[in-house]
Amino acid sequence: MLEVKNLVKSFGKTEVLKGISFSIKKGDVLSIIGSSGGGKTTLLRCLNFLEFAESGTIAVNGNVIYDGKEKDKMSDQYIREMRLHFGLVFQSFNLFPQYTVLKNITLAPTLLKTDTPENIEKKALELIEKVGLSSKINNYPCELSGGQQQRVAIARALALNPEILCFDEPTSALDPELTGEVLKVIKQLADQDMTLVIVTHEMSFAKEVSDYIIFMDNGVIAEQGTPQEVFEHPKSERLHAFLQNYQS
Amino acid sequence: MQLFLKVTLSLLEGLSTTLQIFGLTLLMALPLGLLISFGSMSKLKIVKYPIKTLIWIIRGTPLMLQLITFGLGPGLLGFKGVNLFYAVIVAFVLNYSCYFAEIFRGSIESIPKGQYEAGAVLGLTKRQVFFKIILMQVVKRIIAPMSNEFLTLVKDTSLANTIMIYEITWNAKRMMNSEHILWPLFYSGAFYLAFCGILTLIFGYIEKKLSYYKV
Repeated sequence: MLEVKNLVKSFGKTEVLKGISFSIKKGDVLSIIGSSGGGKTTLLRCLNFLEFAESGTIAVNGNVIYDGKEKDKMSDQYIREMRLHFGLVFQSFNLFPQYTVLKNITLAPTLLKTDTPENIEKKALELIEKVGLSSKINNYPCELSGGQQQRVAIARALALNPEILCFDEPTSALDPELTGEVLKVIKQLADQDMTLVIVTHEMSFAKEVSDYIIFMDNGVIAEQGTPQEVFEHPKSERLHAFLQNYQS
Repeated sequence: MQLFLKVTLSLLEGLSTTLQIFGLTLLMALPLGLLISFGSMSKLKIVKYPIKTLIWIIRGTPLMLQLITFGLGPGLLGFKGVNLFYAVIVAFVLNYSCYFAEIFRGSIESIPKGQYEAGAVLGLTKRQVFFKIILMQVVKRIIAPMSNEFLTLVKDTSLANTIMIYEITWNAKRMMNSEHILWPLFYSGAFYLAFCGILTLIFGYIEKKLSYYKV
């Protein structure tokens, strides 16, 4: 359902993505691993139209929604519509501090008029329950722990029914004892056949939850395959060294 | 006692003018300041640099000089009958909007990029992101610097006496000269002090009201 072809992106003279291609099916969970600076986050940001690749294409359900050749011709409206294919959960949560948990989740659907106000609220309450925060609907983000904030951020992204939900190192800003509750929610989504793209440093989690793993190194996909292939039989020297680092 | 009443009435009269300068300046300088701050952040160099230059000139010269320029300048250039009160308002609005613009710019730029991006990936327009997400966070951040500016404005209104506007300080000086007494000067100080005290309380109240969230 998602097909990325030959994505190239540079910042100034530094080429961050040097031709990335991959595809995933509906319901797949893809994890992207690799050391910092390898281009993982940039790839995710290109999918969400926060960065615009110079060349390459992104297709969802067989329709090319992004073509680097035409990046300057896209209208703001078009970009907004295409973004809605994807949801993005940030490393730093980015909840809106002046709104309650409930309002954080209902804000965008209300402004985009995706449904009636009653239905939007009903759905938001369901999502809050799903991430286990029903007792916090009227709390403000500053009153929540990092793990709770990230769970709200996940609910907020889900409220717009994205076809593909992306996670940018969702647990990297959390205290170790709080990562579990967030990973549990992500696992739950994976079990419900959501299509997920996860950039993560949680190797054991990636191994457990993913259908497919991409190892990015220096702007290219250095290795890819099933969790078994990637984690148990790494072919390249780089991946081998990378995994060794995480085991020690 | 009669003298005290006389001075009080005179200062109250001056207070009404002071309040007008204060109110009109805020009413116009706040929106104009926001507009100027947008200009100073513009990607268009033809907008950005003239605005930056304007801010530099206004912030780089004394308000008193600006008051004299707007008050007496037109007369020197041959325009007769310029209303001095309007001249004062123009000078104050221009001066304060440039300071406000810098406060707005500072707080708008201090809102984390992630807030804009979170709004963007939720499919919101730039306008929605600014008005529904960013603005309230900006408001919270400008409260403290704004309270400074408001208090400074209260006291700056006294500069209007240099071009014969009958505000508190002018009337205090008039009383001192006509009655040969010193105390109206300190009495006028009490007026400013009370005015600033009320403002401080109001800002404290707003700050408390907004303390339910952190930015």
